[in-house]
Amino acid sequence: MIISKQKPFEEILESLKNDDTVYIVGCGECATMTQSGGEQEVADMKARLEEAGKKVVATDVAHSACHELDMKRILRQNKEAANEAGAFLVLSCGAGVQSVREGTGKHVLPGANSLFVGNVKRQMVFDEKCSLCGECIIDEYGAICPVTRCAKGILNGPCGGTNNSKCEVDSEKDCAWVLIYNQMKTEEKLDKFMTIHGPKHWNAVARPGHMDGRADDAEKGAS
Amino acid sequence: MAAYREACESGKFVVSGEIGPPKGTKVDNMLHHIDLLNPLVDALNVTDNQSAVLRLGSMAVSHEVVTRGGDAIYQMTCRDRNRLALQNDLLSAHFLGLRNVLALTGDHVSVGDHKDAREVYDFESVQLIQCIKKLNEGFDWAGNELEGSTDFFIGAVVTPESDPIEPQKLKYEKKIAAGAQFFQTQAVYDMDNFQRFMEYSHGVTEGTDVKVMAGLVVLTSVGMAKYMNKFVPGVFVPDSLLEEMASVPKEDAIKKGMEICARHIRFCIDNKVCDGVHVMAIGKEEIVPEILQMAGLA
Repeated sequence: MIISKQKPFEEILESLKNDDTVYIVGCGECATMTQSGGEQEVADMKARLEEAGKKVVATDVAHSACHELDMKRILRQNKEAANEAGAFLVLSCGAGVQSVREGTGKHVLPGANSLFVGNVKRQMVFDEKCSLCGECIIDEYGAICPVTRCAKGILNGPCGGTNNSKCEVDSEKDCAWVLIYNQMKTEEKLDKFMTIHGPKHWNAVARPGHMDGRADDAEKGAS
Repeated sequence: MAAYREACESGKFVVSGEIGPPKGTKVDNMLHHIDLLNPLVDALNVTDNQSAVLRLGSMAVSHEVVTRGGDAIYQMTCRDRNRLALQNDLLSAHFLGLRNVLALTGDHVSVGDHKDAREVYDFESVQLIQCIKKLNEGFDWAGNELEGSTDFFIGAVVTPESDPIEPQKLKYEKKIAAGAQFFQTQAVYDMDNFQRFMEYSHGVTEGTDVKVMAGLVVLTSVGMAKYMNKFVPGVFVPDSLLEEMASVPKEDAIKKGMEICARHIRFCIDNKVCDGVHVMAIGKEEIVPEILQMAGLA
């Protein structure tokens, strides 16, 4: 899921300094799991904004804020509030914010910072393991992604910064290459470790990404 | 211009030093160090934004080393440039007469002085080695033929004290397979340990012309030694050396560090441990001539 973290309230208030009426949108998926924009956070935000003198004209927690058609439908259903709102505060990842963008021409602002695609370790503990590079190569690495989990994205083995199996960039984090080595050793595939890997095809996905999978042959639509 | 390669190929015990370009335009001290060391060493490494800290460029200073009559080992990291920029710089370096390149992945920007910079790592060390080899063969990375190939002597680094060592060893072997012709090690202090690493290395490099130079960083104080143990990954100063450094008054510590360095050079020569040494004094290059003298090399 997309891991996001609510922005400091003061920053949100500063962004809203020219708006008296606010429509708050949350997300029932990722932002709920990360507690940046679920029902509870949206209600809390409403209370805090009202305390700060803003008029909250409506709140909605979309099933998935990134679903543009849903978002448009929600805003249509709440036309009156949407018309009254001077600004839309979106408590979700940047994708959700831009879904709201598609549904209104007014001031839309992010209430959270999008951090990474995360695995859920346990409640409110997340780790980044995939960075959506467009071409999955982790079978070569014991299903541990060096592109994401090595701070330098090295494809051919540990750098000199490995420190007691931790990363020199952050001593709290495991060196991905020690994890990969151990996994390949367990699988008795260390010979594979010796494969020299060329650099990634960094443009495997043309950015900004787009996929039209409606064609029978989905490959035709992927780009 | 190919002095370092020739020295390596001659089978003599090779010595290189290191120049860290200044942060700014004041180059007097650096030029003094270059002139001081050029006649005493087979080549001088020139660091590339070392520790991810912005400095005067490695290519320009490497060129200056050559202009002043020495040979330079142009250090190149993958942190700040994508494959187009790396190859562009390699062709430019070749044009300027540089013939030795040390291929490094490079310290992460988070340890440097521009922490918000976007690190590149389009390539990493193994791929950069492959790329230089391709340029030597007359092709760019994309496979296009070059109008005139390069003639680089390709260097790389290895960390004999890496913890754990096994994956590091495999990477070392990959660098050799990719085309590395010479290695300079991360700083080593435990010479017994280094000798064991070199025994393994000899097994790996047997039948190749690969040369390995021991990286020796001169200890200047007990504090520095402790600092490295604590904060520099892959560097280990054993207790016996910490005690030796502490056995003399503070003002004599640097002398003791020089003595230890010279002793380690002698150890490498006398026991035929490796093919040479790379001596780093990190800004105190004026002490290097005396160290080489103490080791009987000057």
